[in-house]
Amino acid sequence: MLGLYVHRESVVHALPAGAKLLLLFGAAAVVLLSKSLWLLGGALGASALLFALARLPLRTVAEQVRPLLAIALVFFVVQAALDSVEAGLVTVGRFLVLVLLATLVTLTTRVSDMVETLERALAWLRPLGVNAGKVSLMLALTIRLVPVLLAQAQEIRMAQRARGVERSAVALLVPLMVKTLRMADDLADALEARGYDPH
Amino acid sequence: MIELREVSHSFGERPVLSDVTLTLAERRIGIVGANGSGKSTFARLLNGLLLPSRGAVLVDGIDTRRDARAVRRRVGFVFQDPDVQIVYPTVEEDLAFGLKNLRLDKGEIARRVDAALERFGLATLRRQSAHVLSGGEKQLLAIAGVLAMEPAAIVFDEPTTLLDLRNRRRIAAAIRDLPQRAVVVTHDLDLLADFERVIALDKGRVLADGAPAEVIDAYVRRMS
Repeated sequence: MLGLYVHRESVVHALPAGAKLLLLFGAAAVVLLSKSLWLLGGALGASALLFALARLPLRTVAEQVRPLLAIALVFFVVQAALDSVEAGLVTVGRFLVLVLLATLVTLTTRVSDMVETLERALAWLRPLGVNAGKVSLMLALTIRLVPVLLAQAQEIRMAQRARGVERSAVALLVPLMVKTLRMADDLADALEARGYDPH
Repeated sequence: MIELREVSHSFGERPVLSDVTLTLAERRIGIVGANGSGKSTFARLLNGLLLPSRGAVLVDGIDTRRDARAVRRRVGFVFQDPDVQIVYPTVEEDLAFGLKNLRLDKGEIARRVDAALERFGLATLRRQSAHVLSGGEKQLLAIAGVLAMEPAAIVFDEPTTLLDLRNRRRIAAAIRDLPQRAVVVTHDLDLLADFERVIALDKGRVLADGAPAEVIDAYVRRMS
């Protein structure tokens, strides 16, 4: 979700964000309720087909999927050891279908479209005091700032190493927290300066 | 036009600006001063991000304490670190953010986004994630995001401090070509060479005010 949208002219990209999110939730419900290996296999095949239809660069897809394979393997081994091989396959099948479809939605949907959809979907909660605009801005900022904070953590870690501190959670977290709080102040100013109205 | 009338500002007990009265009417105005001289506070007072502890700041006759929102529509602000100013993950989405806040229709937003991308040479990066841009490109995006909102004036708070020479020149050219009034807080004295007016601040007071050469000379003498 770190602003990974990849632009292509495809039917998957052209689908409205709301429709993609609904399909994702629907697929999640089906695969989580099912224990059929045939259905999970079919869902995996359908996910692969959707990736092909989205015409995404293979390299980008591989970068997203590769780390998941190791996690899936761990899931399989644990589940197979504690229960059965079939249970392991079901767990891995569910995990892969869900993560693949979520990755597909992320790669083919612009954050602003996702935010607008969320804002519309939450609008009916306004009488209960939920500010849909604030919730969706929070989503956009989270996606935007995760790489910024990671880069800052990296920079602090390098600075600590340069001073001979190899591993210290305190040496990393204290300056990171100070920087983050300062950044939050500046960010609030920047939102005001760019005309953001929370009401 | 921006007017400061007997403006003072303190953070708690610590005074940062004392009794500053100025009228800013020129197209290019530079603000210089040592660290802690009150430059950034001065800049934030100009568009109502900070309200004066005493005195008044008026933008086209509007008092920042009465209607800071109206003032911010007239005076844009570019921060030193573009990472705090970029809100959306991709270039074109971020450009559209300020325009949506102005409640413009979709056609007008698209037109202004295209114009800003073209003007700042960002068109090829429109769908790029902001976090992979270079420092100079991020600062150009921050400026483009403010400029697209078409304010009458833009305040820059040390816009070139984090940049290399090449990117400094890009930002200097972008500021030079702005149709708006620009008030630029900076340590980069070269940036101010062709400005109409430079104001040097020292310990929260105006040390010198006038043509760039004489003010920079006075400032450099004070610093040495």
